[in-house]
Amino acid sequence: MGFGPYFLLATLEGLVTAAVLALTALGLSLVFGVMRVVNVAHGEFYMLGAVLAWWFASLVSGNPALGFLLAVVLSPLVVAAVAFIADRLVLKRLNYEAEGTIVATIGLLYIIQQLALTFYGAEARPVQAPFDWRIQLPWFGYSAYKLFVIFASIAILIGTWFLLRRTNIGLIMRATQIDRDMAQAFAIPVGKVYAGVFALGAGMAALAAVLIVPIKQAHYLMGQDPLLLSFIVVIIGGLGSLRGTVVAALLIGLSDGIISMFFSPTLAKMLATLLVALVLVFRPQGLFSPGGVAAR
Amino acid sequence: MTALLDVRNLTRSFGGIKAVDSVNFTLQQGEIRALIGPNGAGKTTFVSLICGRVPVEQGTILFNGKDITRLPAHKRVRAGIAYTFQITSIFANLTVRENVELAGMREGHDGSAALAVLKQVGLDHLAEQKAGDLAYGHQRLVEIAMGLGLHPRLLILDEPTQGLSEEEVAAFIALIREIARNTTVLLIEHNMHVVMELAQRITVMQQGRILAEGTPEEIRNDADVQRAYLGA
Amino acid sequence: MSGSDTTRTILLHGALLAGLAALDFVLPDYHHGVLARVMVLSVFAMGYNIAFGYTGLLSLGHAMFFAAGLYGAALPIYHLGWSVWPSLGAGLLAGLVLAVIVACLALRTLGVAFMIVTLMFSQVFYLTTLYFTTYTRGEEGLVLQQGMRTLALPGGHISLANADVRFWAAWTLFSLTLVITLFLVRSRFGRALVAIRENEERMRMLGYDVFASKLAAMAVSGTISAAAGAAYAVLFGYAGSGFASIQYSILPLLWVLLGGAATVLGPFVGTLIMFYLIDTASSYTTPHMLVVGVALILLILYFPKGIVGTIRAKWLRWLP
Repeated sequence: MGFGPYFLLATLEGLVTAAVLALTALGLSLVFGVMRVVNVAHGEFYMLGAVLAWWFASLVSGNPALGFLLAVVLSPLVVAAVAFIADRLVLKRLNYEAEGTIVATIGLLYIIQQLALTFYGAEARPVQAPFDWRIQLPWFGYSAYKLFVIFASIAILIGTWFLLRRTNIGLIMRATQIDRDMAQAFAIPVGKVYAGVFALGAGMAALAAVLIVPIKQAHYLMGQDPLLLSFIVVIIGGLGSLRGTVVAALLIGLSDGIISMFFSPTLAKMLATLLVALVLVFRPQGLFSPGGVAAR
Repeated sequence: MTALLDVRNLTRSFGGIKAVDSVNFTLQQGEIRALIGPNGAGKTTFVSLICGRVPVEQGTILFNGKDITRLPAHKRVRAGIAYTFQITSIFANLTVRENVELAGMREGHDGSAALAVLKQVGLDHLAEQKAGDLAYGHQRLVEIAMGLGLHPRLLILDEPTQGLSEEEVAAFIALIREIARNTTVLLIEHNMHVVMELAQRITVMQQGRILAEGTPEEIRNDADVQRAYLGA
Repeated sequence: MSGSDTTRTILLHGALLAGLAALDFVLPDYHHGVLARVMVLSVFAMGYNIAFGYTGLLSLGHAMFFAAGLYGAALPIYHLGWSVWPSLGAGLLAGLVLAVIVACLALRTLGVAFMIVTLMFSQVFYLTTLYFTTYTRGEEGLVLQQGMRTLALPGGHISLANADVRFWAAWTLFSLTLVITLFLVRSRFGRALVAIRENEERMRMLGYDVFASKLAAMAVSGTISAAAGAAYAVLFGYAGSGFASIQYSILPLLWVLLGGAATVLGPFVGTLIMFYLIDTASSYTTPHMLVVGVALILLILYFPKGIVGTIRAKWLRWLP
């Protein structure tokens, strides 16, 4: 295979990574943007989405598309419900105080991970893709499902953009983001908005996981990398900015494949983490915009 | 005689709006100066520039003949500039004495120095009370005592009489006169009675600039000031 | 603080140290070993408490300081054949240097950003230990043989692999740290740290160099954490990447929260209880991550002062 086709393949793979990452990171960004909560358990919602996808898919025998369909509908809903309950039971009682909520979501991380290990086990399990076609390009065949993931993600991102910018729900969320007390004064049910946003963010992570699980297997520790990468995307892309999140996800997704061609994955992760930490130290505007948490 | 504080061409803007705009300002040793002006005139930003809470954009600040423009806030405090907060900013969990001790602790003063300061402001009988349990007026006095505990050459008071009762204001005026015997005082104040009673000179700010400066008498009769500020 | 409070403080902490020493003679083997380990780990917690409890710096990356001490001591012993004393010194130095560098960078941020930055630096450290697997043997870790762990003392050489020696070494380190912490928190520096935690801006306007104070607090905190790590390496003869992982940044937070942040005895109490809690839970096959997770949430929700903190608030106001 020549350089051109090889590059095309790497780009396609990078786009798949970017597509899933954009969804996951957007969930994290929404939660931080509206609620000022850094959700350390975000990766575990992703993992939970994948594990539940396996479970729902395994309930249905016969056509794999049926199982996948069931998973794609129910898994994000269940995860969103779990997040909703976590918000009501824990985060709300902490009054969304920044440091307390981080400690609490770390607790949540451990609990979800342990429950997955106990009830799902330590094995990695695949979910069958809903369809199994290959698109034959002149140089190589490529999985139609992977292309589907890219387009599905684009569709969901457009849908989210529409929700945020063109509907009343989006307006209420933005109002709450800008000034919580003011929103309260205008009779916006801030508590419900928070719970809803937390559920929505978790649901997006779960949806991303359902999409990826026919490509990568479900495993109880699979939430760690998406968490780190989502942080990177949100920090680089700038907070609450849909466009920034997508651009940063593309950047990270595409470069991830290329960097790991040259470096060992450990070194790549090391350098990326160090770089992002330094971005946070020297250019905190990225994630923590003026008046935000960094400015307190 | 050199001025204690000499500010030249001081400028600071926030998001394109000049909160302080090319201000020249001098303060003589031993003076009581009042800084007045409508809300948003830039008074608090101006004193924040002087004491280093807000970085200077342009201009220079000389304190006691030395250039302190780029000095961090804590070094300006050590050089003798004390600032008391507009919103009471004391340690509610500590006793009154411990609050004032924090001011002198850095320089090795012990509890007796703190007690002397508390006596000066008339809080010595409450020294062992938790600061958070005090009445509002007393908390304002703790705030001032913390400033005095630094033994400053210049004491900057940001709206010290806000929320005080009439008697408390009267006691405050007496206290500042006493303090001013060996400390220079710069006072942001809305209460014109306090200003007229205490200030030897008054500086009026409006929209980031100095509108007028003079004795209380001159300011009272200044047409510009009357138009802009006194609402006449 | 009045004279009688000082007396009480000395009596209480002296009694604790004497009691712990006495336990060497009565505890059954298993608990004897556990207590030695808990004393070393609570040194780590006491170090963490200086930053988190007293200075209000919620670091999520203290595993790197512990691991810096651990590897700083273990690598020279394992690869260069150093003896124990200089290796311990190397461990301390590694922790101090790392803490100063990390603090200089991370202290430019506040609150949540500080938590994330420390977490990320610690993760970089963890990945570094994995990347240099040739030297560190990664998760599998280095095992220091008995022969590498003899301590030169004026009276002769003793083996740190011996259970009694290990206990006394742990006790000595623990006592030393406890006394240092006591002095520190009652000193002017310690009082300034607490005041900075409560109101940073106020302290700046009282002439305190807030950045320098926080930097010093992080340096002390990191060095004490590294001392615990170095001691762990030579006493228990093992150094693995796991000690640099996020979990070992979360655990000291948990121990300190449980025992009581900004209390001198809290870290020990928290470490002791958590150790037995996880230990007991694991023996009933209830997985330990669940215990950690639930404990974190319950503590932050219902018991933010911790055990010693609550005792101080309710009954013993004089507790340091």
